[in-house]
Amino acid sequence: MSALDLSRRAFLALPGPGLFLFFSADPLGAFQEPARLPSRGNYPTDLNAYLRIGADGRVTCFSGKVELGQGSMTALAQLLAEELDVPYDSVDMVMGDTDLCPWDMGTFGSLCIRQFGPVLRAAGAEARAILLQMAAEHLAAPVERLQLKAGVVTDPTTGKQVSYAELVQGKRIERHLEKVPVKPVSAFTVAGHAVRRKDALDKVTGNAKYAGDKSLPGMLHARIVRPPAHGATQVSVDTTAAEKIPGVRVIKDRDLVAVLHERPDIADRARDLVQTQFQRPQTGVDDKTIFDHLLQTAPPFQVVGQTGSIEEGEKLAATVVDATYLNSYVAHAPMETHSAVAVVEGDKVTVWASTQTPFMVKPSVAQALGVPQPNVRVITPYVGGGFGGKSGGPQAVEAARLAKLAGKPVQVVWDRGEEFFFDTFRPAAVVKLRAGLTSGGRIAFWKYQVVGAGDREARSFYDIPHQHTTSAGGWQGGNPPGMHPFGVGAWRAPSANTNTFAGESHIDTLAAKAGVDPLAFRLSHLSDKRMRRVLEATAEKFAWKPARAPSGRGVGVACGIYANTCVATMAEVAVDRKTGHVQVRRVVCAQDNGVTVNPDGVRQQMEGCITMGLGYSLTEEVRFQNGEILARNFDSYELPRFSWLPRIETILIDNPETPALGSGEPPIITMGAVIANAIYDAVGARVLQLPMTAARVLAAL
Amino acid sequence: MQRTISFTLNGKPTRVTVDDERMLLWVLRSDLGLTGTKFGCGAALCGACTVIVDKEAVRSCSTPVKDVAGKQVMTIEGLAAGGPLHPIQEAFVKHSAFQCGYCTPGMVLSAYALLMKKPHATREEIVQHMDDNLCRCGSHVRVLEAVQEAAASMKGGA
Repeated sequence: MSALDLSRRAFLALPGPGLFLFFSADPLGAFQEPARLPSRGNYPTDLNAYLRIGADGRVTCFSGKVELGQGSMTALAQLLAEELDVPYDSVDMVMGDTDLCPWDMGTFGSLCIRQFGPVLRAAGAEARAILLQMAAEHLAAPVERLQLKAGVVTDPTTGKQVSYAELVQGKRIERHLEKVPVKPVSAFTVAGHAVRRKDALDKVTGNAKYAGDKSLPGMLHARIVRPPAHGATQVSVDTTAAEKIPGVRVIKDRDLVAVLHERPDIADRARDLVQTQFQRPQTGVDDKTIFDHLLQTAPPFQVVGQTGSIEEGEKLAATVVDATYLNSYVAHAPMETHSAVAVVEGDKVTVWASTQTPFMVKPSVAQALGVPQPNVRVITPYVGGGFGGKSGGPQAVEAARLAKLAGKPVQVVWDRGEEFFFDTFRPAAVVKLRAGLTSGGRIAFWKYQVVGAGDREARSFYDIPHQHTTSAGGWQGGNPPGMHPFGVGAWRAPSANTNTFAGESHIDTLAAKAGVDPLAFRLSHLSDKRMRRVLEATAEKFAWKPARAPSGRGVGVACGIYANTCVATMAEVAVDRKTGHVQVRRVVCAQDNGVTVNPDGVRQQMEGCITMGLGYSLTEEVRFQNGEILARNFDSYELPRFSWLPRIETILIDNPETPALGSGEPPIITMGAVIANAIYDAVGARVLQLPMTAARVLAAL
Repeated sequence: MQRTISFTLNGKPTRVTVDDERMLLWVLRSDLGLTGTKFGCGAALCGACTVIVDKEAVRSCSTPVKDVAGKQVMTIEGLAAGGPLHPIQEAFVKHSAFQCGYCTPGMVLSAYALLMKKPHATREEIVQHMDDNLCRCGSHVRVLEAVQEAAASMKGGA
């Protein structure tokens, strides 16, 4: 039984919220994405939690998910319109407001459609069935005879009609039905088709409101005094000069020292006048020594997967290939920095925050202010990008604390330096990989050790008789103190970018050793039909011509699985042998994410993953020394630009048999390896460290 | 220095009495309440704060307000100004040339400045002109498609 066949009752019968873990890893109390994704959220059973039909016939959909740019506002509206049989344009979305929306763990892990989608569909299907029942009573006609279109029920015999709006009259739906089936995918008319994004007009006109756009009467803008390095301790703070600026207020509360002004830029200026002394740590760890540091400080390895015996595999091998793959810390760098506005009225607190997890910000604000949780309301306007970096809301806690102390509404917007400094980076990592080939060119064994990244997608999906996969430490927290010398967390497809880069680079090396075309080599070790299909679809579009690498053409292939979505990518690169500069010319990517709710939305996510993936592959690297973060702005941390853009072609595999899976992350996991493999094909040099900067490519040459 | 600066903002005469070294971005956002112009980096590195000053795209985060005295300033709010969308906005909607939307006002206005000067801009010219407008979501492909389409539709002059 697929999830699409499950009735609402069956959903609700599934076990509770699953494993619910988070780690408060840094001093600001940022939340992390849970290490294990929950099976289903702890969603309410009352359909009124998800939808309301207004007296004007408009439908309001409530979701605890937030719109980060990933398009859930659109796809969820499509799903509800589909199940309710109302026009897509009549659905208004209310998202991420803890007073109005059903509880939700947060917007991460590509779960909006995969996890919340079925819950919303079930609510919509139940409401539709109830409304048909009510219409039958109203029209004095049997339900079977009625026709339903665009929220209007017609009795074809009498010609009488009644609309949802007339039936409900703006009230709650006080009936309940169980076991109402959702529509089969084959009957979709709204879902599965391209629609105009719900947020389009707001975003092209500048009307879209983000947390930092919220303004309240009397509001002050706060700038907070920050340490120069992680682990630095405050020796002295002198705010005398700052206080001389007219209108500046200074607030000192334990660790929190802030200057406030009614204009944000004057608060900025005041902060620059604050004299501070900090004792800096001398850890000796920097972006070059970090890899040895990780190996020395990592906790014991945990076995992630075991098949056969490496010892037996070694006996079968005629050729053995060892390699160590490295990747640096990478920042989320959303264009909108962490922002919040808070107002405290009596013992009630309202916070507007840029966060992926409003329902987790709520208890942290309540705790910080010593008020009961129900007194806190977190409202999430549009969020200007998250990618895992806004899985928490430390800035919301800062704004709330300052609002209480100031007795006025307070806005906190981190500057770009703070955004880099307090980011929960994708962890630096070391992967040691040892694999063998038989004399017949089969993979005999695969021994995989990952340190620092985490174990998602660490296990090989290839048909290899002897495998052993272990992992030590990761992005999820629970690492020994100081292993990662600052915050780490979920970065778009956590663990999987590291693990796919290593695994798919190594597969390519084995193919080259075996003297076999890298696509043919992969296919000869793959029995998974979905994986084979994405590879074949990509090869067809790319017009892949089999050849042993390095062929000099600069083409590469990589594939992977993330959140059960299968993805294959091919790329063509040009390598400048003099400078080491790599230009990616073309990327073709096929994805099988099961049922597709919004095809154009999925393509946007795929293109976004491919483009964003160019960054961690080629330039993005957080440089640091003794706890000081040397990435401070976009001149010391280089994001992908228009001029980097390859020709991008995306392919959606039609797979109605599999329920809708996550599609916000998968293609990004292949980008490191597909570019590394294409570089190898171009110049015969293997780059083992991400990012593959021009200097590292030159060194490999 | 505190003084009164007069300029035209989205077609309307505007006067502000402020410290004239303050950056235009904050005067627009905080003093004048026009929040469509975004803060991204504060150092003219990302383009989220782009506005039009006398037909040129400028970074408002690094433009002192005294520099716009007597000039024509247009923000994203002034492009359609409650009327029909500008062809560039239309093309952004049609192509879904944004995700989180935070860089979008700057993207639209950068494109506007280019197409006002070069209605026949080629893909290469668009890339070159917009290369310092950053987008983290990776909407670049669609932004290029949208601007190219807008260029084609504006060739008659818009």
